[in-house]
Amino acid sequence: MAKSNKPIVWSLFAAGGTLAAMLAPVLVLLFLLAAMGHAPGLLSYAQLYAFAAHPLGKLFLLTVIALFLWHAAHRLRVALHDFGLRQDRFVAVIVYFVAATGTALSVLYLARI
Amino acid sequence: MNERMIHLEVLRYDPQVDGEPHFQRYEVPCKEEWVVLDALNAIKESIDPTLNYRWSCHMAVCGSCGMMINGEPRLSCHAFLRDFEGVIRVEPLANFPIERDLVTVADDFIDKLKRVKPYLIPGENKPIADGEYRQTPAQLMKYRHFSMCINCMLCYAACPQYALQPLFLGPAAITLAHRYNLDSRDGGREERQQVIATNEGVWECSFVGACSEVCPKAVDPAGALQQVKVASTLDWFREHLLPGAAK
Repeated sequence: MAKSNKPIVWSLFAAGGTLAAMLAPVLVLLFLLAAMGHAPGLLSYAQLYAFAAHPLGKLFLLTVIALFLWHAAHRLRVALHDFGLRQDRFVAVIVYFVAATGTALSVLYLARI
Repeated sequence: MNERMIHLEVLRYDPQVDGEPHFQRYEVPCKEEWVVLDALNAIKESIDPTLNYRWSCHMAVCGSCGMMINGEPRLSCHAFLRDFEGVIRVEPLANFPIERDLVTVADDFIDKLKRVKPYLIPGENKPIADGEYRQTPAQLMKYRHFSMCINCMLCYAACPQYALQPLFLGPAAITLAHRYNLDSRDGGREERQQVIATNEGVWECSFVGACSEVCPKAVDPAGALQQVKVASTLDWFREHLLPGAAK
């Protein structure tokens, strides 16, 4: 039996999960606050724009967005499998395609800032 | 000693006679400190000698008496009657074919256990005259709790992935492979990786964690499998990205 190639997607899943566990709750809270008009000075448009325009800021945003996407894709694939949806290859193609598209779009948009 | 009446609903099945498994109700006078296995023994001794089940040590060491008790995989020698209310439902371990009554066919697990080579494969061959293979307490602590497995198969009965995909190597077998991989005296990791780093090996696991919850020896198979995933992932990158390192 050949060794599996799942480490490719699992490493993205595991890294994304670790990052999500630490960052997602904070981000949800901050976005909710900002959406309700309670953005503190540090989260003002000008500040965030400057952050996203800096190469290191871009790298950070890309890492967070892409890993979150790949984590969610793999999680969804496994969850659907657990719920009894047996077309694993089909599901895998769709969820990873969405993650890959999201990653590509992030690169594109970040490059234009 | 206090005695009370315990009602047990036990799954009965004799493939040569019964078309379908069915439940049989027993009323057993039980002592306060008894476990489910004691109640089964009382049934066998004085009510119904035809009841079949496996047991041996009565002290959570042999791993023979695993069964579903009220739907949960437990060692029946470790399930105290005083912790249950009402009728106690006793069934054979889930995810295994029934041989008769509460006895299951364990061939699949035994076969998987053999495949992962759960024994020391010495890393260095030294003559007996050179003495024993020494190990420090720190090296022992790396794998000690994974070595507590008693092969009771409760983790297989609890694992939803094993239920969905019977080819899955499963929690105990992979954990035991990991236990030997972590042993400083062992050199057989690559041989075992050929079996466990496969789609039907550790990668079938989706970290539900039920195995660790039901494990009567606190082996934590789920933890072992996650460690195997991390190690196998590092292997994969080494084998595919480092020039000259490919197997």
